[in-house]
Amino acid sequence: MEWSEIFTAVGLGVITLVTRCFFFISDRALPFPSWAQRGLQYAPIAALAAVVVPEIVVSQGTLMTTWQDARLFGAAAGAGFYFYRRGKGQAVLGTIIVGMAVYLPLHVGWGW
Amino acid sequence: MFFDPANFRHPAFRQGMVDTLKVAPGIWAWGLMTGVAMVQAGLSPAMATLMTLVIYGGSAQLAAIPLLTAGAPVWVILTTAFCVNLRFAVFSLHLRQYMMAWPRWQRLSIGYFIADLNYVQFVHAYPQPSEDSDGQRSEMAYLSGNCFLNWIGWQIASLLGIVLAAQVPLQWGLGFAGVLALVGILCSLSHTRLRVVSLAVAGAAAVAAFGLPLRLNILVAIAASVAVCLVMEQTSLANNEASS
Repeated sequence: MEWSEIFTAVGLGVITLVTRCFFFISDRALPFPSWAQRGLQYAPIAALAAVVVPEIVVSQGTLMTTWQDARLFGAAAGAGFYFYRRGKGQAVLGTIIVGMAVYLPLHVGWGW
Repeated sequence: MFFDPANFRHPAFRQGMVDTLKVAPGIWAWGLMTGVAMVQAGLSPAMATLMTLVIYGGSAQLAAIPLLTAGAPVWVILTTAFCVNLRFAVFSLHLRQYMMAWPRWQRLSIGYFIADLNYVQFVHAYPQPSEDSDGQRSEMAYLSGNCFLNWIGWQIASLLGIVLAAQVPLQWGLGFAGVLALVGILCSLSHTRLRVVSLAVAGAAAVAAFGLPLRLNILVAIAASVAVCLVMEQTSLANNEASS
């Protein structure tokens, strides 16, 4: 392990700390315009979707060109289970289990 | 912070851990595969261990791996990780109203540990910030328990992945369990019509702008989606939403 590698790892750790604490590092009052307050309704789900959706539909740097991809079916089955199960508990756990139950046979067995 | 007895002796600490367990298998599988992926990409086990212990962020680590093995400049790696982590900055804006009741060192020492799951479960358990100190202690205890179990589970799974890297084929795609955990979290957030719009616009924009360097597609997606939703809020759709 070289010094440059250690420096990069520590730098990435600092990025974790700074981004996760970004808006509560300072003790000073934060001007909070009303549009920002309203935007807070939509920004968290947008920020998460911007990371997750490409994980499902992007392959080799662009939008996938085939529907024969196990990720599509796994994610659809997982989300479908969530809305079927919503409000009855363990919905997120079920999303993971049902999604993997569809994904693994298609991906490992079928080669999608 | 979870080393504080005032937090780990509080009943809410246990409740926080119980809630983490609901999503834990996905998180552990994701941690395991992040460990496997780092070693199989050619990082030394020592570097992979250091990254796991110091960075504690699966998506940022996975984004950094190809850049590290390609010998990209440090600033490129750090900027990319910052963009991938932008969602945490958005979460921190929401969490600010809960956090400012605490001194800075306490805010930073718990803030480092707040991953996607912890943010979503915390604001679900405590939709409104407490005004009194008992309620604030309960919030901090819950958050500490929730973060603690997620962190320890992730670390054990990742270190196991580093050790077992030769035995677990990356081709199985077990890391997809982490994506599914985030899909479940996305579903749990999408309970108004405009939030579904936000998800769709951000997802489409992130894919359309995927070619941008430094993962700037994520910044573009957040900006586009919030702008679209704020405009739509002013239209009749918002009125329907309010009355439904």
